[in-house]
Amino acid sequence: MKILVPVKRVLDYNVKPRVKADGSGIDLANVKMSMNPFDEIAVEEAIRLKEKGAATEVVVVSIGEAKAQETLRTALAMGADRAILIVSEDKVEPLGVAKLLAKVVAEEAPGLIILGKQAIDDDNNQTGQMLAGLLGVGQATFASAVVVEGDHVTVTREVDGGAETEKLPMPAVITVDLRLNEPRYASLPNIMKAKSKPLSTKTPADYGVDVAARLTTLKVVEPAKRTAGIKVADVDELVGKLKAMGVAK
Amino acid sequence: MKTLVWVEHDGAVVKDATLATVTAASKLGDVHLLVAGHNVGAVGDQAAKIAGVAKVHVADDAAYAHALAENVAPLVVELMGHHDAFVAPATTHGKNIAPRVAALLDVMQISDILSVESADTFTRPIYAGNAIATVQTSDKKLVITVRGTAFEKAATEGGSAAIEAVAGTGDTGKSNFVSAEIAKSERPELTSAKVIVSGGRALQNSENFHTIIEPLADKLGAGVGASRAAVDAGYVPNDYQVGQTGKIVAPEVYIAVGISGAIQHLAGMKDSKTIIAINKDEDAPIFQVADIGLVGDLFKVVPELTEKL
Ligand SMILES: Cc1cc2nc3c(=O)[nH]c(=O)nc-3n(C[C@H](O)[C@H](O)[C@H](O)COP(=O)(O)OP(=O)(O)OC[C@H]3O[C@@H](n4cnc5c(N)ncnc54)[C@H](O)[C@@H]3O)c2cc1C
Ligand SMILES: Nc1ncnc2c1ncn2[C@@H]1O[C@H](COP(=O)(O)O)[C@@H](O)[C@H]1O
Repeated sequence: MKILVPVKRVLDYNVKPRVKADGSGIDLANVKMSMNPFDEIAVEEAIRLKEKGAATEVVVVSIGEAKAQETLRTALAMGADRAILIVSEDKVEPLGVAKLLAKVVAEEAPGLIILGKQAIDDDNNQTGQMLAGLLGVGQATFASAVVVEGDHVTVTREVDGGAETEKLPMPAVITVDLRLNEPRYASLPNIMKAKSKPLSTKTPADYGVDVAARLTTLKVVEPAKRTAGIKVADVDELVGKLKAMGVAK
Repeated sequence: MKTLVWVEHDGAVVKDATLATVTAASKLGDVHLLVAGHNVGAVGDQAAKIAGVAKVHVADDAAYAHALAENVAPLVVELMGHHDAFVAPATTHGKNIAPRVAALLDVMQISDILSVESADTFTRPIYAGNAIATVQTSDKKLVITVRGTAFEKAATEGGSAAIEAVAGTGDTGKSNFVSAEIAKSERPELTSAKVIVSGGRALQNSENFHTIIEPLADKLGAGVGASRAAVDAGYVPNDYQVGQTGKIVAPEVYIAVGISGAIQHLAGMKDSKTIIAINKDEDAPIFQVADIGLVGDLFKVVPELTEKL
């Protein structure tokens, strides 16, 4: 069985995003970019399934500017076998990404497609669900455990109030949550090896997909700032404050 | 415009998340509700009493018992034949179902809206709430999820909507529910609690979390939350997590105990009215957003605080 893992290049999660002065978006010039943290977890899970013998090949795919190649190389260094880069200098929205991924799925026929639950730039949390809808297959979102048995996959999901387990026939789409696993670091030899792993480059036009944006961002602003308040000297003073707020009797 | 709102429920009662969603939808047009589930007559009756609701569609079918997106999405798509917008709370159900509906309708979902600016323009947080984007859609039908803390709750009484049964669209067999482990708690739910006490990595273990955080929460009638570090370390279950990838909360008072204040945590609580931080490190980032800070060792000051309240 083949596993397809879509990975997105995003602003590194340790970098504080700065809104551009003209309000057109976030300043991404000269800042560290990395693989979306959830996608690292997705890649890790796919590699583990391969190591366990449940999968035979891990293919990673990214849609974005040419530099997304670096992100794909990272995934290859972690242990993915092969990469596909679909180059678009314009931002492609989740609906367009899902349509492109549906085409890749049609070509590659993976048994599982494992995505991150959300990309931490636009926080959309929709691509996996859209892909599953377009493919007409089952979706297990927010996964915290994945077990492949025969032609089914059993997934434990993080839901409001606790956890839920679902069993899906494959092919199926999974989106992963933070606690599924702890992604490995690529070793230096593996980083070197990744340089010679196959990476093919395509464009949305190659797949005949219209990726025109449906949403227009009119402006981007900073949220209302909170300012530091006061420090109290001791517990008695804090009790006084809580009483004054009417929180404590 | 006619909107169709996903009613979040647990099989017996309408969940609070529905109420803020109704308010958001009412800014777009007429509000119709969808109650999908199994043996949900009582939920339908409650939903019909929500103020401002014109109609309640009840789809009572075993296929909807666990709100599986594979089964619910076709039902919503059918109802969207005569509605203009599907509006769901940004709960795990809403986030699971709505994008599948959007794909089937060939529209881009607008996730986690904070405000309705006009019939096609909304604001929403990006980059873990470090920026707010105003977005305009060109799609004919809308699919929206709503951040519950950003809208007032509609009143649970005062409405008298018509209830209409709708036929199910069947079980797709694409997914099978196996089991659920839903934690039962006497405490208020995080997303609707007036006061929240949250603990971080500094608690060191689950026992300390129970003996230090919970008594304070009980004194204040508060909900209990946690940082991701505390959840990952297994001190508390995952649904306690507050933050970018956990629950978004905005209580009257949020008390962060032994939490450093990473941006991903702040993303989930910085709209709280008053933030109180207890941390032994006076330079902890949490103090930059806290209205009231107490520098001290939580193992000493929290029990003392609980005692004195
Ligand atoms: C993609 C992604 C998503 C994430 N989503 C979330 C999320 O939703 N929610 C979330 O919380 N995190 C999230 N995180 C993790 C986040 O970056 C931080 O790692 C996490 O919030 C840290 O938790 P903490 O504050 O409990 O631990 P730490 O950062 O370790 O802080 C512990 C604090 O306790 C203080 N302390 C220690 N001992 C004592 C004592 N005895 N008395 C008083 N104070 C003491 C220390 O001074 C320190 O400030 C996410 C990370 C990533 C990469
Ligand atoms: N441009 C992209 N290229 C590859 N994968 C993507 C892209 N955008 C989103 N994804 C995948 O979809 C997941 C959810 O993204 P989103 O719906 O944008 O929050 C991500 O974690 C990725 O796995």
